[in-house]
Amino acid sequence: MSKLTLSRGLNEGLRKALENDPKVLIMGEDVGKLGGVFRVTDGLQKDFGEARVIDTPLAESGIVGTAIGLALRGYRPVCEIQFDGFVFPAVDQIVSQLAKMRYRSRGQLSLPVVIRIPCGGGIGAVEHHSESPEVLFAHTAGLRVVACSDAADAFTMIQQSISSDDPVIFFEPKRRYWDKAEVDTAAGVAGALPFDQARVALEGTDVTLLCYGPLVRTCLESAAAARGDGRSVEVVDLRSLSPLDMDTITASVRKTGRCVVAHEAPVFAGLGAEIAARVTERCFYHLEAPVLRVGGFATPYPPSRLEEHYLPDLDRILDAVDRTFGY
Amino acid sequence: MTVESGAATTAAPVLDQPVPDTPDQTGEFIQLLTPEGERIDHPDYPLDLSGDAIAGLYRDLVLVRTIDTVAISLQRQGELGIWASLLGQEAAQIGSGRALSPDDMVFPTYREHGVAWCRGIDPVKLLELYRGVSHGGWAPEEYKFHLYTIVIGAQTLHATGYAMGIQRDGADRGEAVIAYFGDGATSQGDVNEAFVWASVFNAPIVFYCQNNQWAISEPLEKQSRVPLYQRARGFGFPGLRVDGNDVLACYAVTKKAMQAAREGQGPTLIEAFTYRMGAHTTTDDPTRYRLASELEVWKLRDPIERVRAYLVRGGLAEPGFFAEVDAEAKQVGARVREACRNMPDPPPLSLFDQVYAEPTAILREEREQYAAYLDSFEAGENGGAGR
Repeated sequence: MSKLTLSRGLNEGLRKALENDPKVLIMGEDVGKLGGVFRVTDGLQKDFGEARVIDTPLAESGIVGTAIGLALRGYRPVCEIQFDGFVFPAVDQIVSQLAKMRYRSRGQLSLPVVIRIPCGGGIGAVEHHSESPEVLFAHTAGLRVVACSDAADAFTMIQQSISSDDPVIFFEPKRRYWDKAEVDTAAGVAGALPFDQARVALEGTDVTLLCYGPLVRTCLESAAAARGDGRSVEVVDLRSLSPLDMDTITASVRKTGRCVVAHEAPVFAGLGAEIAARVTERCFYHLEAPVLRVGGFATPYPPSRLEEHYLPDLDRILDAVDRTFGY
Repeated sequence: MTVESGAATTAAPVLDQPVPDTPDQTGEFIQLLTPEGERIDHPDYPLDLSGDAIAGLYRDLVLVRTIDTVAISLQRQGELGIWASLLGQEAAQIGSGRALSPDDMVFPTYREHGVAWCRGIDPVKLLELYRGVSHGGWAPEEYKFHLYTIVIGAQTLHATGYAMGIQRDGADRGEAVIAYFGDGATSQGDVNEAFVWASVFNAPIVFYCQNNQWAISEPLEKQSRVPLYQRARGFGFPGLRVDGNDVLACYAVTKKAMQAAREGQGPTLIEAFTYRMGAHTTTDDPTRYRLASELEVWKLRDPIERVRAYLVRGGLAEPGFFAEVDAEAKQVGARVREACRNMPDPPPLSLFDQVYAEPTAILREEREQYAAYLDSFEAGENGGAGR
């Protein structure tokens, strides 16, 4: 066991994947000598060579499109999109090509491509560097969408995503890249929680707080604060945004009777809307209050001096928790 | 016309300057067989085809035109939802398709019926997409012919990535990739990105642009101010233009470019200068945007007639050859027609198949619910058999 940053956890996971399977490739802008703008691929090109850790030309559609071709040839490319806001030039290749190839070919072609995307705000960045576009991909059949929230999950989930025969959109909470956690890099992924399952990050009895990616830490802090008010909050890290692990979600909400969903993405038509509808269908007679959502506003991402107002923080999450007790 | 800054106006905007005429788009190209059927030698492209082989190309050309004609009829009869005709582009497709090795990989658009024919794909399989019973009915790796791609130009990146995979496999360079696309596609970002990638990675790929002069209703001058093949120079690899209605030239040029790719010399852009003699698809009406006289000019450059003239003049075809080809075309046409009409709809619940490697819980749930919904109707009403 060693204490690693989330960024390092990813790096070690990628290293393992490169070691274990010669078909694994890493490709993206600045992933070579620089090691990526967040250093996630630090040192990998030096150790695995330019044929496997590929500095690509600067064009996102090209990155994903050529990754598809490499996957058709039997490779397992891991693409890095430098920032969330730069994935949009690649959306045709992701949505119309990558997601649909298995279906179009009636299962004859599979595309084991992973697309890593640093996501979310909170780092004081200029515009287009703080987006949360996960629901666009969750809405696309054929894609798996996952989000890691700490170094340990980063280490295992990236390996599980690379092993998957389905294309995976892998969201990394960029403001948590420097957060440290214990990671057992000697352990294989065989015993790890499957990457399509949610994890109860903190057990509680009064209200279920559903979250993923950057807000898991915020929600855990909120739960600790709520404990001071005598409220026992159960925090569930969704981990997989598509498919959704409804069994874990349902079990928790049936236990607590209350549910709050938190994400940085705008509340309107966000993942919380889908979860609220499904929780209502499955837990109708267990619910003491409507499912509440807390998240970004129905605005573009604001200038960074305003992001503390836009991003759900401990107080806004606790405000939503309080409101579920008002019914 | 200029509009004063800030002034309200209801006048339609007018361009200050008219766009100048497009530079010459009908310049020189590589040709080995004139429209009159005369063989021309080209120093860079000596032809290694016997008379029999050329007769074989003639047969290909006739058969794919027949299949195309039958498909158009099937659409008119309601058997196909739509069809994208290859009429006029037979030589560009057969010439390049026959120049490929069995191990070469093809990434087609949705109009490459002639290339599919060369790869040994049953034409009936091509109809599945257009009838709406599948999104592509063949095994791409078995035929080394990828599924048709409908989003314009997207497949050029897949082709380039595949070629990068060939490089990484470190094989004996026995393989290369050919990416098909049209004149309209050259405006797409994906195609330009594919050019960049292929160039900087020196990928074993041939970009084969069938310039059929029309992107639905938009003529070539809406896409480019320079001849398309000249674009390659800016990306750092050779580009050349071939008479796309000359099956021999298309064959020779493709063969040489593919060999160069296999030998590590990187990409080539081939512009096959041809003409879309039919509509864009069966839903299109070219009379709204182009003159009939233009079509008449191109009819004189027909890709099939010149081969026939050459075979006849040179006495290269056996007696009865043309009649045999015509009879075979009739037979193939009848078989395709029959097979299309008998093609069943897929069972309803198959729509849930192969979204993921393993069905997700949500998919399983939706499938079960829809199955129960179908079962709630009286037996037989839903054609319960088979689902």
